[in-house]
Amino acid sequence: MGWEDKELLRLAVVGSVDDGKSTLIGRLLYETGSLFDDQIAAVKRASKQNGVDLDFSLFTDGLKAEREQAITIDVAYRYFSTSKRKFIIVDTPGHVQYTRNMATGASRADAAVVLVDARYGLQQQTRRHAYLLRLLGIDRLAVAINKMDLVQFDRARFEAIKRDFTVFAEPLRFLRVDFFPIAAAGGDNVCAASEKTPWNEAGTILEYLEKVPAGSGSADQPLRFPVQLVLRPHLDYRGFAGQLVAGTVKPGDDVLVLPAGRKARVKAVDSYEGELKEAVAPQSVTVRLTEEVDCSRGDVLVSVNEPATVARELEAHLVWMADAPLQVGKPYLVKQGTRITPAKVKALHGRVDLETLDEVPAQGLSANDIGRVSIECSRALVVDPYVKVRATGAFIVIDPLSNATVAAGMVKSAVKSTGDVGAVTADERFTRLGHRGAVVRVGTAEAATRLERQLFDAGIVAAVVGSRDLATALEAAGVVGIVADGSAAPDVDGLIKSLRSG
Amino acid sequence: MRRLSHIAELEAESIHIIREVAAEFQKPVMLYSIGKDSQVMLHLARKAFAPGPLPFPLLHVDTTWKFREMISFRDAYLKQMGHPLIVHTNRKAAAEGINPFDTTSQKYTWAMKTQALLEVLAERGFDAAMGGARRDEERSRAKERVFSFRDKNGVWDPKNQRPELWSLYNARVDRGENMRVFPLSNWTELDVWYYVQREKLPVVPLYFAAERPVVERDGNLIMVDDERMRLKPGEKPMMKRVRFRTLGCYPLSGAIESSATTVQEIIDEMNASRASERQGRMIDHDEDASMELKKREGYF
Repeated sequence: MGWEDKELLRLAVVGSVDDGKSTLIGRLLYETGSLFDDQIAAVKRASKQNGVDLDFSLFTDGLKAEREQAITIDVAYRYFSTSKRKFIIVDTPGHVQYTRNMATGASRADAAVVLVDARYGLQQQTRRHAYLLRLLGIDRLAVAINKMDLVQFDRARFEAIKRDFTVFAEPLRFLRVDFFPIAAAGGDNVCAASEKTPWNEAGTILEYLEKVPAGSGSADQPLRFPVQLVLRPHLDYRGFAGQLVAGTVKPGDDVLVLPAGRKARVKAVDSYEGELKEAVAPQSVTVRLTEEVDCSRGDVLVSVNEPATVARELEAHLVWMADAPLQVGKPYLVKQGTRITPAKVKALHGRVDLETLDEVPAQGLSANDIGRVSIECSRALVVDPYVKVRATGAFIVIDPLSNATVAAGMVKSAVKSTGDVGAVTADERFTRLGHRGAVVRVGTAEAATRLERQLFDAGIVAAVVGSRDLATALEAAGVVGIVADGSAAPDVDGLIKSLRSG
Repeated sequence: MRRLSHIAELEAESIHIIREVAAEFQKPVMLYSIGKDSQVMLHLARKAFAPGPLPFPLLHVDTTWKFREMISFRDAYLKQMGHPLIVHTNRKAAAEGINPFDTTSQKYTWAMKTQALLEVLAERGFDAAMGGARRDEERSRAKERVFSFRDKNGVWDPKNQRPELWSLYNARVDRGENMRVFPLSNWTELDVWYYVQREKLPVVPLYFAAERPVVERDGNLIMVDDERMRLKPGEKPMMKRVRFRTLGCYPLSGAIESSATTVQEIIDEMNASRASERQGRMIDHDEDASMELKKREGYF
């Protein structure tokens, strides 16, 4: 097997301040030969200032401000490989106000290592981190009980922390938790087994990382293909470009185009190299359909047998990340898959108390709080529960004024939008028709008829009418009313684009 | 369960990022710096939009001190591809005599690279610029987001970056602000070379070992690429079998002695090598944390 055939494992490493995360990562990089001589020399020089030979934490502490504070303040990505795997490692901070960064790192991780200081045992932060990792979809955990050298590699100490953690984590229902007695600074049980812990049965951290299942199994899940853009290089080609976030797709497959719910058949799965027999998540491909169905950015091709839910109302967990607290009823934007929609938090059901992991009543959410909410979106989303399909169950919340990402969301359940009562909104009409309504004025009756044909052929519902009032009524219904009143005719391509852009 | 190889997974991720840029921004541009990373990024962009053309122009910020072979490679490659290229130089700074010999390397980089880039982004109203930087290149790059927000002055604030979760990129910018986007964030130098090999991508010949005229200066081998090279007293060009791991302005790019003449030999050499890629980059060593300072000012 060549090195190019390795598997990719995305790994989050988390812990409280001074638990030794950066040291552990530095040690992994050093021992796997991922550091270069000049990098090692630079760190040696810097270490001397702190009075040690080689301070492993300095390999990852990149920012100047951090080196001054001697703590990691932001998410850092590091890379190393062994003969079996390439690792993308996310060094996530443990300082209390930076929980948002930890959620960031965990959101894409396949596996996670939680650090615990052997001297202090479980901290409030450890509980928070384990809970957050579980919430973000990590199902296997490695607990590295670090600084064992400072407790004389005492097995009883190790077993006590292991017991505490097991009791605490029981309600989180991890598939599996493994415990490692390590001393990252000295390298014990990181890459090589330590002779100081003959009682250790778990092996080393590196052995674990090479064996833990990689990937969240997305190829085995039902098809989810969020359309990023429509490729139309010429008249005979119309392909839907996107990344397969779950499942597989091949020519001849029947799919549903959601949220509209139209059925279609896959004509071809294209790549730069040519047509593929089959594509597997997480490949980026271009799908062509046999039918001329309306489909654009934000739509999702899903499996007919196991479709996703189309919903405007979601129940979800939010990890709040902004300094400005959550405001119920305030207009936000939700980006989910490739769709962005205006949305409001209708109700805050509670906040998770990270000491007890119970939900408690809450008036609001501030930075680093986790809450359960109901969200109402203006446009329908194509979602799955986060525990089922991560990519379609995840969303971010954006403040439309500051453009800041204010929260990470995970769908718990979705309320199907079929039972809607009340007035039909313009957004719903848009979702149904794929374009908005408008009054279009042109010069002559002839021009009006020509435009009607052009719009109709482009998939836009339009009709020539005799008066402005009638045209306005059509616009309200979400379609296009064309009136001939001597006006200059609009540019057709520009008009179609603007109608489709909502 | 079928699993993609890590290279196939990186490719899919990069294509997704490039397509998000095309879909979310009004006027994106892709930086093309002629190096191996640019070759890979450009190739991924072609894959992203095939069978159609790229929906954005390419931009080269030319300091006028690039290796001659880089410029001839650029012109030949893009001509064959038939894709438009914008070349921009900070003419004012060049006219004022800013050059890599008399100017400190911080000031030179600021004027000819950072300022030049900010100038052309503002002039042409680009709201997103894709670059081939990788997180494994340098320590402060390790913390960079894939979508890196820059304010109206092009400034990067490492303490106030948007959290980036899953593959959900927040691409919103206001008028005058822009986004730097790094589709190759998760690639390493070895990944890039493997991909060059797998996809049979042409790269500038300077990456391969050949006899070249060099002088030894402050521990670096600097190539005498044209008559503008200023020799210090006692410096005498000598022929050495060298190649470059990174390409930039020739007076600031250190060569390494090597016999690698194929991509496979480069990969073998790298697997045995103990020096990092940016070691030959004189502009990174000016002062501690120099890359971070440059990035804060608006450097890529």
